[in-house]
Amino acid sequence: MLEDKDRIFTNLYGDGDWGLTGARARGDWDGTRELILKGRDWIVKEMQDSGLRGRGGAGFPTGMKWSFMPKTTPDGKPLDGRPHYLVVNADESEPGTCKDREILRHDPHKLVEGCLLAGVAMGAHAGYIYVRGEFYNEASHLEIAVQQAYEAGLIGKNACGSGWDFDLYVHRGAGAYICGEETALIESLEGKKGQPRLKPPFPAGMGLYGCPTTVNNVETIAVAPTILRRGATWFTSFGRPKNAGTKLFCISGHVNKPCTVEEAMSIPLKELIEKHCGGVRGGWDNLLAIIPGGASVPVLPKSICDTVLMDFDALREQRSGLGTAAVIVMDKSTDIVKAIARLSRFYMHESCGQCTPCREGTGWLWRVMQRMVKGQAELPEIDMLEEVTRQIEGHTICALGDAAAWPVQGLIRHFRPEMEARIRNYKAALQVARAAAE
Amino acid sequence: MSGGHGHVEQPASFAFSPENLAWAQKIIAKYPAGRQASAVLPLLDRAQRQHHNWLPRAAMDYVAGLLEMAPIRVYEVATFYSMFNLAPVGKWFLQVCTTTPCWLRGSDEVMAACERKLGIKGSGDASFLHSADGKFTVREVECLGTCVNAPVIQVNDDFYEDLDGPLTEKLIDALAKDAPPPKGSMKGRQGAMPEGGRTSLAGMAKAGGDK
Repeated sequence: MLEDKDRIFTNLYGDGDWGLTGARARGDWDGTRELILKGRDWIVKEMQDSGLRGRGGAGFPTGMKWSFMPKTTPDGKPLDGRPHYLVVNADESEPGTCKDREILRHDPHKLVEGCLLAGVAMGAHAGYIYVRGEFYNEASHLEIAVQQAYEAGLIGKNACGSGWDFDLYVHRGAGAYICGEETALIESLEGKKGQPRLKPPFPAGMGLYGCPTTVNNVETIAVAPTILRRGATWFTSFGRPKNAGTKLFCISGHVNKPCTVEEAMSIPLKELIEKHCGGVRGGWDNLLAIIPGGASVPVLPKSICDTVLMDFDALREQRSGLGTAAVIVMDKSTDIVKAIARLSRFYMHESCGQCTPCREGTGWLWRVMQRMVKGQAELPEIDMLEEVTRQIEGHTICALGDAAAWPVQGLIRHFRPEMEARIRNYKAALQVARAAAE
Repeated sequence: MSGGHGHVEQPASFAFSPENLAWAQKIIAKYPAGRQASAVLPLLDRAQRQHHNWLPRAAMDYVAGLLEMAPIRVYEVATFYSMFNLAPVGKWFLQVCTTTPCWLRGSDEVMAACERKLGIKGSGDASFLHSADGKFTVREVECLGTCVNAPVIQVNDDFYEDLDGPLTEKLIDALAKDAPPPKGSMKGRQGAMPEGGRTSLAGMAKAGGDK
C-alpha cells in the first residue's frame, strides 16, 4: 500500500491552504532554482529515467516527449527564431475523470512549478494552461496561484533567480470535449473552432502559432517537480516496470464511497475499490462491469475485474486501457446497454463534425444503440453495429472516432448474450401482443 | 452550439463597459502581437457575462471588431462551443449532467426533480428548457468533470454536487428565493474524499481538519 509520505498530492482534499504559503509548507517551490540550474538535459534525462507516462490518457513517455522539442542555443534562445511553447491540457472532460480538477483547486502551485521546470526542459519561455470553461472556480484558484508565483519572483523574468525567463498564462475554454485533443486545443487557443489538425506536422515541430509546442496533461506536469526533487529511482519504486509511479484514481458509479485517491500504479482494481471506496454497492459479487479508464476505453466484465491490475500494460492486455484512470463501476442493477448507449450520445454531441466517419457514425451509433436498449433490432444488426464501429475507428483525423467505437465494441465483446436476449424478448413480447390483438 | 433556435429579439448594439474594455486589453496582451484572435473565447465569455448571460449577435460583431477578426470567424466560434448562450436564459441557469457516471448515481431523479419543481419537460437532448416565469433555464449537458461527486448540476458558475431528488428540490427552492446555498457537495462532503472519512492523508486532517 502506498504510504502518505510517498503521496505527491498531499492537499488532494483541500485540507490545507491551496495558496503559496500552504504550498511551500507542503514542500513545493523548494530548491526549484537548483533544479533549473542542473539544466535542460538533466531534467529530460531524469524524467526519462522516472518512467513517467503521460497522465492524460495515451500514456506516452513524458521524458521522451519533452526530448522531441528542438534544441536551443546554450542561453536558451531558439535556433530558428521561433519561440517554444508549453501548453498544459486542463480541458478535463473525459466522462469519469475528475482528477485535474482537484489539482487545479487544491494544489495549483504544483502545476505552476511544474510548468516552469517543463518550460526549462523544452526551451520554452512561455506556457499556456487551457482550463475547461466549466471549471470557473478552479481556474480562479489557478489564476491566483500564477499571480502569487509572479509576485514572489518564482516565475516571470529570472524565475526563482535562475536566469530563466518564464511567463505563464491561464486560458479558459468554453465547453468542448474535443479541445482535450492536443491539436484541437491548439486551434482553440489560437481563437478558432476546436477541430483537430492532421499530424504530421506534430506540435513539437509546428504547434501553437506554428511554433514548436508540447502539450501535456495537468497531472503529468504537476508530478514533475516532486519526481525531480525525490529522484527517478523513488518514482520507479512504485508500479510494475514501464508502469512506474503513483497516480490519481477517480472511482465513480456504484461503489459505496466514490472518491479520488492517489495510489501506486499497478494496484489491483479490486483492492483499489475495497480499500478506498468501501467496496462495490452490495458487495463485490454484485459487480457487473467496470470501465477502468474513462468513457473511451472498453468495458470489462467482473471476471476480468477480479484480478486485473490498474496499469497501462495490464489493461491493454485485456483489450481495454488505463486511459485517465477514471474507474466507472456498475453493479448488477445497471442496464449495461443503456450505460454504453449514453456514451454514444456523448460522442455524438462532442464530435467536431470535421471527418465524415465520426460526424455521421457517432449519430448512427447513438440511433442504433437506442434500439439495442429496447431490443428493437434484428440479431444480425449486432454484427452490423460492430462492423460500423470498425469503419469509424482509425478513419478519422483524431482519436474521437476511436473513442466512440471502443465502448460499443467492448459491450458487444463482453455482453453480446445480453443484447441478444433483449432482441429475443422484444420479439416475443411483440408476438404476444399481436396474438392478443387477433 | 447553444440556443440559437427560432427567432430571438436581438439588441441593436453592444459595447464593453469601460471596466470590461480595460480587462479585455489586458487579456489581449497575454498573446503574442498579431495573435489577438486567441482572446476570442475570453472576450466572448466576458461579453456574455455583461449581457445577462447570453450572447447577442451585436456582441459577436463587437468582439470581431475589437480583435480585427472577420465576423464569420467569431460566429463560428460562438456556435461551436457549448457555453455560449445564443438566446436569453433565466437568472438561474441549471446545467444538469446526465452522462453515464452521473446517470449511474441518479441523474434521472435530479432531472425529474427539475421537471417537477419548474414545470418543464426534458426531451432527452441538449435543448433549453425554461420555467414559466423565465427565472430558470435547465439544460441537459455532457460530463462536467466532477464524476466522483455525481450527480451534479452547474448553476451559473458553481457546481452543486452529491445530489439526489430531494436535495435538488431543496436547491431549486433556495434559488427561487435568490439565496443559493454554498457551492460544492449538498451532502456536506469534503471535496472528493470518500464519504464518512478519509482512507489516505490522515496527517493532513490535523493540518486543516475534516469539514
